[in-house]
Amino acid sequence: MASYRLFRRFANWVEGEEVYPIPEIEKNGSSVREHPITEDMARVRSSDEGVGTLLRRWMDSPQGVAAFRRVYTVTAALLCAAIVTLLLVTVSYLPRFGAPDNPANNEVPRRYIEQGLSETGAINVVAGMILDYRAFDTLGESNVLFAATVAVLILLRDDGEGKKKKRAIPELKQEPERERPDPILRASAAVVGPFALLYGVYVILNGHLSAGGGFSGGAILGAALMLLSAAFGQEKLERVFTARRCKALTFLALMCYALLKSWSFYTGANHLPSGIPLGTPGSILSGGLILPLNICVGLVVGCTMYSFYACFRSGGMRDGT
Amino acid sequence: MGPNLLANYYETAAMLIFGIGFTALFLSRNMIKKVIGFNLMDTGMFLFLAAKGYVEGRSAPILTDGVRSATAYINPVPAGLVLTGIVVSVSVTAFLLALTVRLYLKYRTLNLDEMLQRSRRNEAES
Repeated sequence: MASYRLFRRFANWVEGEEVYPIPEIEKNGSSVREHPITEDMARVRSSDEGVGTLLRRWMDSPQGVAAFRRVYTVTAALLCAAIVTLLLVTVSYLPRFGAPDNPANNEVPRRYIEQGLSETGAINVVAGMILDYRAFDTLGESNVLFAATVAVLILLRDDGEGKKKKRAIPELKQEPERERPDPILRASAAVVGPFALLYGVYVILNGHLSAGGGFSGGAILGAALMLLSAAFGQEKLERVFTARRCKALTFLALMCYALLKSWSFYTGANHLPSGIPLGTPGSILSGGLILPLNICVGLVVGCTMYSFYACFRSGGMRDGT
Repeated sequence: MGPNLLANYYETAAMLIFGIGFTALFLSRNMIKKVIGFNLMDTGMFLFLAAKGYVEGRSAPILTDGVRSATAYINPVPAGLVLTGIVVSVSVTAFLLALTVRLYLKYRTLNLDEMLQRSRRNEAES
């Protein structure tokens, strides 16, 4: 009997229910339902006066909760300290920082550095690595960003003034548009905004020549859009930058990326001639597919950053038409 | 204890940052602070990866002046891995914060314990 009860409790726990066993017979149905859990507890106590029940009853009392919190805090602190100690001990056995003969510096980076320029045409070895040798992985990253945008848009959706008048989050829209926008922010954004956008474009276009690329340039683009949106109001940006267009742009960029890269796979993928000239190393139009791929990634990242901001600021972007 | 704890000071700092984030994740009840702790853990990992790629006295892997020997540049592979990590970290942070907003709108608190208590009370009432 005891083992059956234990099994029921385990099954309930697996199904995500409360671990209190369901009493078979209700002994006294006329009890006052002022606190269902304590009432359950009382019922349980009348049918099963085990140590575990007493313990659980004590755990539900205020002293029990306080004691549980104390135990939890101490245990968690000890666990964290133990993990940090373990990690530090591991670090102390790692090879020395910055030594040239570390196991990580094997033939893979040597190959990337020595052959990267002639095989990908990119001066920036990291760009050549992530957008040529490992471009498939970068496509996955961009898709992760897209998935995150969609998830956030779903969670913080604003259906706008349509027929349904359904607002997922009415509270978030209550923030009134400020009557007087901040003049300092406005004036500085009017100066900095265009340059920030331009700088983002520069970083994206120079991804294969210097430090930067689609991810950092896209983040700068997104930051510039956020600045403009904060200074001049989201309504003005929504004239050109609605949620629908944002999603469409992201989707187009991802499709472009996938198509360009499938061309490269179609023609061999093993650096057989793909018909795309690598160009002169150092000029903007070089590096084969790296420049268009960087632009695609930059668009995805910029749209993602801005739509995160728009969602968290006012509970969503208007869908637009 | 091995001999390289202080020589690997970047890795040590990374592990300490990771530990701080992990502790915040465990010990704070505020959801926003948990997300911050999660981000600190990410940051520690990025520092660790970046430190693993460094080689003393070499420059960033951007080919300059036609030098193409592998002994002149640091390891580019961890840089690509950090990039992946940052992207995932940004996405997960945004997702967690959106979930936190929804939880706040439902339970009107950011305290995880109170959230659990209220959800249990709601279940008991229904």
